[in-house]
Amino acid sequence: MEYLSIVFQEVYKILFLLVPVLVSVAMIVWLDRRVWAFVQKRQGPNVVGPFGLLQSLADALKYIFKEIIIPSSSNKVIFILAPIVTMTLALIAWAVIPFSATQVLADINVGILYLFAVSSLGVYGIIMGGWASNSKYPFLGAIRSAAQMVSYEVSIGVIIINVLLCVGSLNLNDIVIAQQKMWFVIPLFPMFVIFFISALAETNRPPFDLPEAEAELVAGYQTEYSGMMYAMFWLGEYANILLMCAMGAILFLGGWMSPIDVYPFTLVPGAIWLILKILLLFILFALVKAIVPRYRYDQLMRLGWKVFLPLSLIWVVLTASYLFYFNLLPVN
Amino acid sequence: MKISRFFKTILMTDFIGGLLIAIKELFKSKKTINYPFEKGKISPRFRGEHALRRYPNGEERCIACKLCEAVCPAQAITIESAEREDGSRKTTRYDIDMMKCIYCGLCEESCPVDAIVQGPNFEFSTETREELYYTKEKLLDNGDRWENVLEANIKADNIHR
Repeated sequence: MEYLSIVFQEVYKILFLLVPVLVSVAMIVWLDRRVWAFVQKRQGPNVVGPFGLLQSLADALKYIFKEIIIPSSSNKVIFILAPIVTMTLALIAWAVIPFSATQVLADINVGILYLFAVSSLGVYGIIMGGWASNSKYPFLGAIRSAAQMVSYEVSIGVIIINVLLCVGSLNLNDIVIAQQKMWFVIPLFPMFVIFFISALAETNRPPFDLPEAEAELVAGYQTEYSGMMYAMFWLGEYANILLMCAMGAILFLGGWMSPIDVYPFTLVPGAIWLILKILLLFILFALVKAIVPRYRYDQLMRLGWKVFLPLSLIWVVLTASYLFYFNLLPVN
Repeated sequence: MKISRFFKTILMTDFIGGLLIAIKELFKSKKTINYPFEKGKISPRFRGEHALRRYPNGEERCIACKLCEAVCPAQAITIESAEREDGSRKTTRYDIDMMKCIYCGLCEESCPVDAIVQGPNFEFSTETREELYYTKEKLLDNGDRWENVLEANIKADNIHR
């Protein structure tokens, strides 16, 4: 009996986290389309519900009622597994995101490592989908996305090392608390910019949306998918974007910390500050989508390996020597 | 030259400029309209759905001169005429195949009595092809329905003719 109550408590906690995340994913799709339209002076989705807020729900409803087509030549198990993997991986990462000093599902000491590992695994969903489709365009898309995500993963890893040097802990809450005096975005500003651009590449957002470049690859790895399976890829993608925004907010923008550490601001719950920071980053994501053309594949690789990787490595050396010289290295 | 370009790349000036423009455009008024609820303005010369007009006393304008039938480049118009009891020549049949019609407006131009006109209505899609084969009754009915607008449009356009 005692065992059951613990299980229910945990399930309740997980639902309390997952339902808002899924709802906000739906809302963020709407926000993305709306911002995109507004930059181009269009109206964007504005018919379903007030301001078109329920557009994503209408879309999801449409996807649910559509037929799921599984190509006869595909590897059926992996084909069905791929969207599930994408979506699950995008969602389980939220377990370690701290919404305040105490509101975190799993306060583990290797939080950032867990986050990094899960976001790296995200590429598997795409590769599985592309390979199992047994079709040319999905396969090309999957290869591209594998190379792209691996390349940018490297520089994101090095950027995280930069932050960890200043914190001295892998716990996400410790990272947030270490930014009490100054957000890391100020001393590590170039790293924040590189992180942001790498996050764009990591989540296959424009200008790095080569895996699904519709002019060349139809829809990339999603070409053979239909109905709810396509919708799951789509949800997983946006959940990943949201996760990247959360990661940026925690690493550089002080997570759930209020911007100014004075009385009226500290009253606002940490979750709200975190959500505001995530939203700010997401609006930047959406604006970038509206203004940039797609990169060529060789340019993408050049940027990843010949610009971002050396730059972030040099910055690691700079940060480390600065901290060491002024005796600022965190001691635990 | 090379150094200035280097700094431009490093500081991403072009990108930031683009971002600022995007943010500025974000708050400007929208150029598109909510179509079924809002409609754009159309010129009085707009060539939409056809209509056959009547005189204010209810008499048909058309005198069955068949100029429109002759001028129609798509040969969409079919007219048959007969003498009426009072000795005037009137149409017994006036059909326009709206699927053949190319909406060039030549019928309207050629008409000596302003009988056949193209009105402002462009929302007349149907579910079957048969419904798009307009008969005289349908065209006269259109004329009665749109007469106010048609008359105003002819008057507004008159100064340019």
